[in-house]
Amino acid sequence: MWKYIVKRILLSVLILLCVTFIIYTLLRCLPSSFVESMAMTLSQGQGSKSYDEWIAQLNAQYGLDIGIVPGYIRWLGQFLRGEFGDSWRYVMPVVDKFKEVIGVSVVMGGIAFVLELVIAIPLGIIAATKQYSKTDYIITASALVGISLPTFFFATLLKLIFSSGLGWFDLYGLVGRDYAQLDTMGRFLDMANHLVLPIATLVIVSIGSLMRYTRTNMLEVLNADYIRTARAKGLPEKKVVYHHAFRNTLIPLVTIIGGSLPGLFSGALITETLFSIPGIGFTSYQAMTRGDIPFSMFYLTFIAVLTLAGNLISDIMYAVVDPRVRIS
Amino acid sequence: MDNNVNEVKEKEEYSLNDDRRVKVLSPGAMVAKRFFRNRLAVIGLIMLLAMFIFSFIGGLVSPYGQDEQFFTTQEQQKEYVGVTQNDDLRYTVADGQEFSGILQAQFLLAQGRGETSFTYNDVTYDIVEEGPDMYSIYAGDTLLAVAAKDIITEEAGTLSFNVKYEALRAYVNGETSFSADGTDYELDEDGNILTGGSVVAYISRFVVRAQENGVIITRDFAEALEEAIKTDDPEFVYTGEDGVEYTYEITYNASSLTWSVLQTRDTYVYNRYAPPSKEHWLGLDTNGMDMLTRLMYGGRVSLVIGFIVVFIAAFLGIILGGIAGYFGHWVDNLIMRIVDIFYCIPSMPLIIILGSAMDNAQVDSQLRMLYLMLVLGFLSWPSIARLVRGQILMLREQEFMTAAEACGIRSSRRIFRHLIPNVIPQLIVTCTMSLGSTIITESTLSFLGLGVKFPFASWGNIMTDVNDAFVMTHYWYIWIPAGICLLITVLGFNFVGDGLRDAFDPKMKR
Repeated sequence: MWKYIVKRILLSVLILLCVTFIIYTLLRCLPSSFVESMAMTLSQGQGSKSYDEWIAQLNAQYGLDIGIVPGYIRWLGQFLRGEFGDSWRYVMPVVDKFKEVIGVSVVMGGIAFVLELVIAIPLGIIAATKQYSKTDYIITASALVGISLPTFFFATLLKLIFSSGLGWFDLYGLVGRDYAQLDTMGRFLDMANHLVLPIATLVIVSIGSLMRYTRTNMLEVLNADYIRTARAKGLPEKKVVYHHAFRNTLIPLVTIIGGSLPGLFSGALITETLFSIPGIGFTSYQAMTRGDIPFSMFYLTFIAVLTLAGNLISDIMYAVVDPRVRIS
Repeated sequence: MDNNVNEVKEKEEYSLNDDRRVKVLSPGAMVAKRFFRNRLAVIGLIMLLAMFIFSFIGGLVSPYGQDEQFFTTQEQQKEYVGVTQNDDLRYTVADGQEFSGILQAQFLLAQGRGETSFTYNDVTYDIVEEGPDMYSIYAGDTLLAVAAKDIITEEAGTLSFNVKYEALRAYVNGETSFSADGTDYELDEDGNILTGGSVVAYISRFVVRAQENGVIITRDFAEALEEAIKTDDPEFVYTGEDGVEYTYEITYNASSLTWSVLQTRDTYVYNRYAPPSKEHWLGLDTNGMDMLTRLMYGGRVSLVIGFIVVFIAAFLGIILGGIAGYFGHWVDNLIMRIVDIFYCIPSMPLIIILGSAMDNAQVDSQLRMLYLMLVLGFLSWPSIARLVRGQILMLREQEFMTAAEACGIRSSRRIFRHLIPNVIPQLIVTCTMSLGSTIITESTLSFLGLGVKFPFASWGNIMTDVNDAFVMTHYWYIWIPAGICLLITVLGFNFVGDGLRDAFDPKMKR
């Protein structure tokens, strides 16, 4: 087991190296970058240096005057030493900005995740136990609707109904206009109020796949031989479903839930952008559209690490939870 | 497809072992039968068909073009003229005399102090107050200049200094006639200077400036305007030389002591956000283009992009996954590591970065669409490769493949006749589902302004206007139809994919 984990981690490191190199190369090769647009603005000032002079100076200043491979090696060295550089867009150390914004994203992701579990798993099980009934059709159809809803459309609908229609929530942002005058409790409630719509969007849009996954696995388990045996023994249906079948459905569920835990830290890029919530997703969106290489590199590497960690966790969980699986 | 379920129909005419009693269905027909029994799948199919007809045939039927703009005339208020009331003393210098800027300044100082004379360079100048806001300046006995707040505007020709001087003096003192240079002039209450019944000039304290190019202000108009200003009328109607009656609105700006006059006029503009009407069933968008037509063309773009992306992904995925699965060993290892790497690349952020880079580089819209398809396709092949490889690995070990090998069937035939057909059902299901998700990805990018760009329509970029909260709340017909089209299409793909998955699965007996 330990040997397997070490091997997987080593492999992940190798993959990570390749991924970061690919991303770095792409970012450096992009046709029009932050530095170029900055040089363009600066060179248009009165009595300024020419564009070429500016770009040479800025490239040297931002460390872009060396080739891609040496540049990558330098980036990697700094990354390993824990120096992530300064963000160009936010003009502050990347880590500081990251610390500032990650909290909101984790809170948002965490609440949405718990809600998803609480809603999706029971519904998925109900749908599976009543296969081909009206309930099943409704649940399956609504799961598919959830999957098919484009985030931006659903978020806008919510805004139209609850923000401008009913006036319960603000359209954008994390804090209200009078946030500064509120006491601690008021601030907390204000933030909570602003998070309702984003979290609702996140839950509805991503609930479908978990619901379907639960249903499929539950169906598979319900068709297994030991369930037939349990029924043949004369066990009540309730006990068959919630005792024998449910426990076995948990195996794949725990696996993917464990695998999606790191994803809580990656932030919801689209949702945060739509609601202007200053979380990691929105912050990186703005950094990325401005061609801020240090921040983008940091964010993309962060996401890649989370993805790899998720895969590793789900594989390990699979072995831990299911006694039948023995990894050699 | 190895289990043929035969349906037995009970018909008494045939003997028991008669072949006609048994209706044999091919595997394909079985799948179709199971598929059409699934209600959701059929609904999905109908939705897809409707959207395809809407997008591909609708564009041909629609009487409008995708970027045809519609115009309307709208009453708009444009700033027509600005009026200032003169509050400075202006100087009229006598013929052959000089009254330089220094002297003017000295005069102003003295006048401000209420003195009747001032000295400059050992010359003493006398100030004579001729009437309210009118002064004449003498050096000794010679009249140098006249300073007044009222302005004389000459209609034609030039008036001599004497005439102006006398006219001003008469005007400020409220006289109705004066004579100068041997001619008699009359002054009416509007400030017109008449001689022999014709107007030669007028006196007014208001300065009227045209705000638009090519506007010539007639005396008549200025008079009407002055009248309105004097009576504090916020509005007045004036019939211009072209015989058209315009309404003017006067607003006074206290900080700059000016009146601005707005002319209400019909202007030819884009018919932005026109509500649904008989000609335009879903109204017009922000550029005055027909919404329904744009939805049709947008659907075309969204669907075509979806298909091409999935085609690219499936093409790469089948080849690479097939190679990995069939050859195994180090080839498999290498390809699967590449797949791992691709899996790990955060695709959405990457596409956003590429999109904004293309924004900066101002890539042509059509080229952009091509790049978008290539990038999306290139980023989504790994999941298909993984699926194909897994299927092939599993199928390779099955008895029918061993049997095929034992029968001495050559390997190309084994692959294409026996292996591939068994991979296809899973592949079709995955492709159908990923069509839906690709369309969502594309529309999200277009919505953020990083995907398909104007003038091309896509369901995503039609909705971009929603970023303006006013449009979102007031013009539902701008964005709700696009969202619904998107939802129906993606839902259709998902329903059909789900139905196909069930139909292809021989274990799912119903």
